[in-house]
Amino acid sequence: MTIRDTSEGYGIVTRLLHWSMALAVVAMFALGWWMVGLDYYSPYYRSAPDLHRSVGIVLLVALALRFGWRTANVRPDDRVLTPRERAVSHIVHVAFYPLLLAVMVSGYLISTVDGRPIDVFGLFSVPSLIQSKGLEDAAGFAHEWLAYLTIALATLHSAAALKHHFVDKSNILTRMWSGPSTTPSSPTERMRHP
Amino acid sequence: MNLRIASLGLAAVLALGTPVSAAEYEIDTKGAHASINFRIKHLGFSWLVGRFDTFSGTFSYDDKNPGAAKVAVDIDTASLNSNHAERDKHLRSADFLDVAKFPKASFVSKSVTPKGDGKAEITGDLTLHGVTKPVTIAATYIGGGEDPWGGFRQGFAGKTTLVLADFGITKDLGPAAKEVELDLHVEGVRK
Repeated sequence: MTIRDTSEGYGIVTRLLHWSMALAVVAMFALGWWMVGLDYYSPYYRSAPDLHRSVGIVLLVALALRFGWRTANVRPDDRVLTPRERAVSHIVHVAFYPLLLAVMVSGYLISTVDGRPIDVFGLFSVPSLIQSKGLEDAAGFAHEWLAYLTIALATLHSAAALKHHFVDKSNILTRMWSGPSTTPSSPTERMRHP
Repeated sequence: MNLRIASLGLAAVLALGTPVSAAEYEIDTKGAHASINFRIKHLGFSWLVGRFDTFSGTFSYDDKNPGAAKVAVDIDTASLNSNHAERDKHLRSADFLDVAKFPKASFVSKSVTPKGDGKAEITGDLTLHGVTKPVTIAATYIGGGEDPWGGFRQGFAGKTTLVLADFGITKDLGPAAKEVELDLHVEGVRK
């Protein structure tokens, strides 16, 4: 099993982080959407936001790990893409980092600007770092709209991956699922520009 | 010349010393000697207490004729504060006060009925959540007179109860939380 990313594809660390975070981000969007409409007497009125906050903190740690791992690894070869596709995909991939960070920080602020900590699965708590009266409204506005933007970007990202898979018949999607092939000569290799 | 200044000074002292019975007062929000508090039952188990931090208002008061008193107050609804940012954000949202749409609440008195012993019923129009309804405030005169810094003040307390649904706030908080009590404290400085 390849741990690090290579020019042939993604190692197990990147792939695990990619798919677990993708699942968590989409689930968090759905959870957030659902929980704000809950009835006051719903049994989930307190537990759903508790779960949302806890997962959010875990995601923040995962994002930091992912960013560190990305910078410490080589970028797999993307010459199968056209120069334009390469430029756009690079922007989309890089945009996810500040966007997710902003979503998580704004969410953190909603819960902590009055000095309260965030309890993470009842295991430990993250203290409030910034106290500012009324900031929860701006933070809430940002959290909601940045979350929509994240899902829009994720939709674009998924649509592009499917297009590369089904239309271009490239290994762009499969290489994020299965590790780099042990035989170095892949279609990607053959399609490399000189 | 000196005599003239002295007599002017004397006249000023006399003017200050003479009680002016009917006067206009500005509610002392600057010095925060006024507060608009609310309380609502949480599940029927306890009182949840909050306040509006920002408001302004005036009243007129004549201790010889308290029935002629008038009061008008404007409240910044976004200044709601229940000491919990997440809850305050929710209470400001469209589920409750919808402060983006209705940033101001106001009360304007229409009549004051003295009940004796420093008590009175103040009837007026309360506008909240875009709905204007008559409410009656049970007011009590607390005290008044010269303050130590050259001003003149009068202070009152008041209470009233609102049914949230009457003001179009229909988010269900349970059977014990249909009504909210307002607990008002105002001190006015004579203009």
